[in-house]
Amino acid sequence: MTFESSMERLEAIASRLEDEELDLDTALALFEEGVAELRAASAFLTQAEARLKQLNEAADGLFRVDDLRD
Amino acid sequence: MTARRRGGPPSPSLGALELFAAEPPPARAESRPASRAARAVPPPPPRNAQNGGDVAEAPRRAVYVEEAVPGATPGSAVSVMALTATARDVLEGAFMPLWVRGEVSDFKAHRNGHWYFSLRGEDAQLKCVAWSRERRRIPAPPDDGMQIVALGRLTVYPARGEMQLSVTRMEAEGDGLWRKALELTRARLQADGLLDPARKRMLPRYPRRVAVITSRDGAALRDIFAVVQRRCPSVEVVLVPAAVQGDSAPESLCFALDQVARWGDADLVIIGRGGGAREDLWAFNDERVARALATCPVPTISAVGHEIDMSICDLVADLRAPTPSAAAEAAVPVQSELRERLRMSAATLSALASERVARARTSAADLARDIARGAVRRVERRRLELESSAARLHALSPLATLDRGYAIVRTDDGGTVRSVASLRAGAQVEVVLRDGTAAATVERVVPNEQLTAPGNTAEATA
Repeated sequence: MTFESSMERLEAIASRLEDEELDLDTALALFEEGVAELRAASAFLTQAEARLKQLNEAADGLFRVDDLRD
Repeated sequence: MTARRRGGPPSPSLGALELFAAEPPPARAESRPASRAARAVPPPPPRNAQNGGDVAEAPRRAVYVEEAVPGATPGSAVSVMALTATARDVLEGAFMPLWVRGEVSDFKAHRNGHWYFSLRGEDAQLKCVAWSRERRRIPAPPDDGMQIVALGRLTVYPARGEMQLSVTRMEAEGDGLWRKALELTRARLQADGLLDPARKRMLPRYPRRVAVITSRDGAALRDIFAVVQRRCPSVEVVLVPAAVQGDSAPESLCFALDQVARWGDADLVIIGRGGGAREDLWAFNDERVARALATCPVPTISAVGHEIDMSICDLVADLRAPTPSAAAEAAVPVQSELRERLRMSAATLSALASERVARARTSAADLARDIARGAVRRVERRRLELESSAARLHALSPLATLDRGYAIVRTDDGGTVRSVASLRAGAQVEVVLRDGTAAATVERVVPNEQLTAPGNTAEATA
């Protein structure tokens, strides 16, 4: 789940809540889902130190992302 | 004797004949078939290794005897082949590769990939050739009439007996060749539709991971990382190292793009480098790199050099950034803005949910009121029913009779007195009237002869 997909889902949920005549159970289920998406998206924003990595390709074609140290 | 000294042009006063006499083919001759030169020309005299070719310091003894010099007499005539080969060796030995200025004429690109042309001066011309495998650094073929400077080795083409310049680099006035090369590449990409603005993709609004194709040690990576750290440290920067200048750069950049495609875990790719000389930036004008960039499955930002440098990659990428820092600015959002957006999103969601709940509550209240109203109506109906029943009941009740002025006489055991026969004088009775009762004692009992006769009643005194 990425920040982008969370934000998109949140927008979709908001527009359903706004535009559709939903029964209460559906509306509350959507709200709960929205809260979960909000939590996930907030978690993405807690990172305070940027990370610098390097892409390394092994001989077998598998990729590894390693810390890049100066 | 400075012609072969490194770092300087050949001395203009130096004639080929002097060279021929004073300094036979130098070390280069060793790489040629030795027999060819050796047949016609005596081996070079031993040279003082320390002093190189500096005749002033170490004058050579003139040891040639006239008869021994090839071509000095009819008897020692040399072959054309031997002479031209020797002339070539002498010329090649005499001149460092050097830049020559002139106007291009008779340019021909041969099927075999080599270019042939002449460089013209006022009253002179010089045949030139650019071998296909030696002209990697020449951006584009020159046009006839172009003023250029060409770097080449002066040599002799024995089959034609012509002196020619074997050209490895070339520059035209006003960047003509570079512009031409760009235009040629651009035209080919355009023909394939790769420059169509409709191809440009939207960049992801919130990338998690940005791949950066550049040199590991360049300023570009540092600049990009610094911007990401400042704007949005949640975004991960992944270097995909590549050579960004030199002959291997195009291939290296293509490989890095291919790696990003196969890896498939980047949301966005920035390809670029910091500013530099035009030649240093040239890999980003390479057609192969441009095509690899165009087919990259991940949205791309190009960031080559400084503000003014425009590269082919810039035309192909989904977004062109003037510098690597600007590319990073375009790539990642500002974290505080994201927080704000998230906060607003949370507020919207919560408002919508509250509103929905409030609506539900209202309709529940409406329902309850309806139910209550219904109940009241039912109770009222029952009350009215009850009232009418009561009225009916009342009409039939003996109490109604009392209203009309009748009385009921009850004995003290509660029984209703229906006949004087049940009374005798002195009996205690109760007389029930409309609005109360009275206790009475029977004084005398007078039975009626006839039920209908008036006065045939029991008299009682209250």
